[in-house]
Amino acid sequence: MEPSFIKELQTIVGEQYTLSDRESLAVYGYDSTPEIESLPGAVVLPATAEDVSRILRLCHDAGVSVTPRGSGTNLSGGSLSVNAGVVMQTSRLNRIIEVDEENLTATVEPGVVTSALHREVESRSLFYPPDPGSMNISTMGGNVAENSGGLRGLKYGVTADYVMGLETVLANGDLLRTGGKVVKDVAGYSLNPLLVSSEGTLGFFTGITVKLIPKPQGKITMLAHFPVLQDAALAVSAIIAAKVIPATLEFLDKVTIKCVEDYAHVGLPLNVDAVLLIEVDGHPAVIAEEAAAVAEICKKYRCSFFQTAQNADEALNLAAARRTALSALARLKPTTILEDATVPRSCIAPMLKVIQEAAAKYNVTIGTFGHAGDGNLHPTCLTDERDQDEIRRAHAAFAEIFDVAIAMGGTITGEHGVGIAKKKYLPRLVGESGIRVMRGIKQAFDPKGILNPGKVF
Amino acid sequence: MDYVKLINCMRCGMCLPACPTYKETFLETASPRGRVALVRKLQEGELDQSERLLEYLSLCLDCQACASACPCGVNAGELVAEFTCERKGEAGLGFMENLILRKLVPHPDRLEASMAPMRVYQRSGLQKLVRRLGVLKMFPKPLERMEGLLPALPSRPLRQTIQEVTPARGTERGTVGFFLGCVMSLIFSEASRATIQLLSLLGYRVITPRDQVCCGAPNMLGGDLEGLKEAARTNVELFGGFDVDYIVTDCGGCGAELKKYGHHLDGDAAAEFSGKVRDISQILALHAGELRQLLKPLGRRVTYHDPCHIAHCQGIRQEPRQLLKLIPGLDYRELNEADACCGSAGTYNIQRPEMADKVLQRKVDNIRRTGADCLVTANPGCLIQLKKALAADAQPVRVAHITELLLESFMVK
Ligand SMILES: Cc1cc2nc3c(=O)[nH]c(=O)nc-3n(C[C@H](O)[C@H](O)[C@H](O)COP(=O)(O)OP(=O)(O)OC[C@H]3O[C@@H](n4cnc5c(N)ncnc54)[C@H](O)[C@@H]3O)c2cc1C
Ligand code: SF4
Ligand code: SF4
Repeated sequence: MEPSFIKELQTIVGEQYTLSDRESLAVYGYDSTPEIESLPGAVVLPATAEDVSRILRLCHDAGVSVTPRGSGTNLSGGSLSVNAGVVMQTSRLNRIIEVDEENLTATVEPGVVTSALHREVESRSLFYPPDPGSMNISTMGGNVAENSGGLRGLKYGVTADYVMGLETVLANGDLLRTGGKVVKDVAGYSLNPLLVSSEGTLGFFTGITVKLIPKPQGKITMLAHFPVLQDAALAVSAIIAAKVIPATLEFLDKVTIKCVEDYAHVGLPLNVDAVLLIEVDGHPAVIAEEAAAVAEICKKYRCSFFQTAQNADEALNLAAARRTALSALARLKPTTILEDATVPRSCIAPMLKVIQEAAAKYNVTIGTFGHAGDGNLHPTCLTDERDQDEIRRAHAAFAEIFDVAIAMGGTITGEHGVGIAKKKYLPRLVGESGIRVMRGIKQAFDPKGILNPGKVF
Repeated sequence: MDYVKLINCMRCGMCLPACPTYKETFLETASPRGRVALVRKLQEGELDQSERLLEYLSLCLDCQACASACPCGVNAGELVAEFTCERKGEAGLGFMENLILRKLVPHPDRLEASMAPMRVYQRSGLQKLVRRLGVLKMFPKPLERMEGLLPALPSRPLRQTIQEVTPARGTERGTVGFFLGCVMSLIFSEASRATIQLLSLLGYRVITPRDQVCCGAPNMLGGDLEGLKEAARTNVELFGGFDVDYIVTDCGGCGAELKKYGHHLDGDAAAEFSGKVRDISQILALHAGELRQLLKPLGRRVTYHDPCHIAHCQGIRQEPRQLLKLIPGLDYRELNEADACCGSAGTYNIQRPEMADKVLQRKVDNIRRTGADCLVTANPGCLIQLKKALAADAQPVRVAHITELLLESFMVK
C-alpha cells in the first residue's frame, strides 16, 4: 500500500492505530477459518463512528477496499482482505452505550464482546439470548454481520431476532440509520434484516440496538448419555415433536466427547456414542414439567444415563464444556475443518448417518457436534494440513454432505456465513436469480464495490 | 522448537480474552494467537527475525494465562519463552548474562553478598536521602525502577539463619525438604519462616539443605539452558541425599520450575524429584481438618491474587482459597480477574515498565474494588510488585504471603 495513503489513514486514527508493518499485516492475514490466509495492506483501529466515516470516505475516493473485523473468530474467511486493502478492526469501539430498562433495549458499539453485554444486562435481571460458542471473544458487530446463532437458538432464535436498530456507515462514508427502539415498524423495505448477515459487504455498523427480554427465573441443565448415535438423533426429533422447546439442545458425538473431556474434565462419559446437553428455562413449575418430559423421552430412546445438574456450578461447567467443543477437537490433529451443515430438524438422524458414511467412504475422521435442536450440525474433519491427500478427501466428503443437506431442504451454512469458504456452494442453494438479486442489492449499497469484496458471491 | 506445537493452534481466539497484553492493546500482535502465528511464520520463513518482531514477542509476560484458556493445549507464552531462550542461546551469553547467570545466581553466598550493599543503603538512611533528592533520575531507568520496587530487606537471608533441620512439633508424621528460593530467602525470609513453622506445627520434620541453589528459572529466561540443567542437577542430587516425602516450596516460580526438572533432565532421579514437589498450599490443604482446629479468628477482609506460576503453571487454584476460608472470622472476598497477571513477571516490570504498569493498574483497581484490607498471594514477584503498589495510596492494603496470614491466625492469643 502507498506510504502516502497510509499517512492519510494516520491523520485520522493516529500512528499507533494504523498498522502497516509486515509483522502486523501477517497476523491480520488470518481469522479462525482453516486454510485461508490473505494479507491486508493496512489495519486501522478507529475509536469513533466519525473515524469510521472518514476512513470509509477516504478509501472510497481512493478505490481502496475496506474489510470490517471484530475479533476475527468467524469461520468463513469473512474478515480477511482479499485484495490487500484496509482491514478496519472494531476493538476500540467497545462501549455499552445504554441499557434502557423501560424499553427493554440495549445499545452498544460494534466492538463490545458478546459476553460482556450478557453480564451487563443480566446484572439487571434482563436477558440477551444469542450466545454463540465464541461469545467470550466474538463481538456484537461480528454477531450481527454473521447473524450468529448460539446454544439457546432453539427456543430464543438467533441474532437477527434481536436486532432492532442499526447505525451503519455506508461505503461512501454516509450514515444510515435503520430501525430503532420501536417494536413495530413497517415503513419501507426492511433494511435491518438485510444488513444483519450481510457479512460486512453492505455497510460498517457503528451502533447496534438490540431487544432484551426478562431473564428466565429458573433453569434446569441435563445430560443424557446414548450408547447408540441414532438413538440420540431420534430423541432430538421426539423432544421437538413433543412440543417441549428446550433453550438448549446440543449434540456431541464420541470423538467430540473425548476431546472435550480431555480438556475440561467435567465427567463426560467416554464409553458412549453420543450425549445430549439439554437446558430448559423459564418458570420453575413449567421447567420441572418440561425436564420430566425430556427425561421420559431420552429413556424411551434408550439413553443409558440421565443426569440433572445439581447446582448452578455444575450446569455452568457442562455448558462451558460444550462451548469448547470445536477447539477441543483440534487437540487430535492440527487442522480442523469445521462445517456448518443445517437440515430440517426431522432430518437430524439421516443426516448424521450421511456424515458417518461420508467419513468412512473418504477415510477421514469426522467429529460431529452441534445445535441439534436447530438442525444445525458441525461435522468437523480432523486433518493435518501437511497431508494434501487427506485435505482433498476431506473436501470431497464435505461436498457430498452438502449435496445431501441441500437435497433434504437444508442449507450450506446455518450460522457461520458464506464468506470466502462457502462461495462456491451458494449458487447451488439460491440459484441464478438469487445471486442476481443479491448483486443488485450490493450495487445499491456499494456501487464501487469497496466494502469487503470477494465475499458471499 | 517443536513445530507441531505451533501448528496445533487453530486460531480460534479462545485465548484472546485471557491475555493481559491483548486486553490493554487490542492488537493481534499482542495476543497469544498472534504470538504463535509470529513464531510460526518465522519458522516457516515467511517473516524474518526483525527488531520489530522480537519487540512484539518481548511484550509477552509469559504469564501463561493463554495456556489455561486454550482448549487445544497450545501454550503461547511458553512457545515464545522457548523461542527467546533458543535465540539467546544461539547468540551466546553476553558478558553481563554470563556474570549474573553463571557467576552469581548459582552461588547463594555470592548472591547474598551482592545484596549487602543494598541493605546498608536502606538502613543507613541513604535510601531516603537518595529518593528525596531524585539522584536516581541520573541513572539508567531500569536501575531506578528496581530501586523503587525493593521492599525493606531483612537483616539476614533466611538461608543463613535457619537450622538445617527443624524438628516436628508433637508426633512426627513425615519429613519434607524445604526449597528456599532466592528471592524468598533474601527478601521474604519472614514468610518462609512462617512456612517452616506451619509445617513443623503440622508434624513435619523440615530439612532445609543449605547447599541448595537457585531453581534455574532465571537461566531459562536468559537463554542459558545449560545453566538451568546444571542447577537442576545440583538440586536433584542434593535433595536425593535426604529421605523426604515431599519437596515443599512457598515460591510459585520455583515450584513451577522444580516440577519441570523431570523434563529438563534424563533419568529417574529428576522425575522422582519433580514428582515430590508441592506448593505449600497443597500440603497445608491436606491437613485442612487439623488447621481448622488450630486457627483462631482474624477480623480481616481478605482477597487472594493467583500468581501465574501457581494458577496457570501448576493449576493450583482451590487450595489457597480453601485455606483462607478456614480462618475463623475472616471475610473472604473473591477478586475479579484474580488469575490475571499483576505485571511483575520476572524482570518484565523492569524491562517493559509501560505495559507492566498498565497491567498492574488493572490489578490494583480490581483489588481496591473488593474493599479488602489485606491481599494474600504466594509468589515473591507478586509480593514485591503489589506491596509497592498498594502501600502508596491513602488507604494502604496490606500484602501478605499466605503462610504469614495463616501463622498469624494461629498465633492469635
Ligand atoms: C470456537 C468458536 C465457536 C463458534 N461458535 C459459534 C456459534 O455457536 N454460533 C455462531 O453463529 N458462530 C460461531 N462461531 C463463529 C464466529 O464466532 C461468529 O461468526 C462471530 O459472530 C464472529 O464475530 P467476530 O467479532 O469474531 O467477527 P469477525 O470474525 O471479525 O467478523 C465476522 C464478519 O463480520 C464482519 N464484521 C465484523 N464487524 C463488523 C461491523 N462492525 N460492521 C460490519 N461488518 C462487520 C466482518 O467483515 C466479517 O465478515 C464460532 C467460532 C469459533 C472460533
Ligand atoms: S492458542 Fe489456543 S486458544 Fe489461542 S487461538 Fe490458538 S488454539 Fe485457540
Ligand atoms: S503468556 Fe500471558 S502475555 Fe503471553 S501470550 Fe500468554 S496470556 Fe498473553
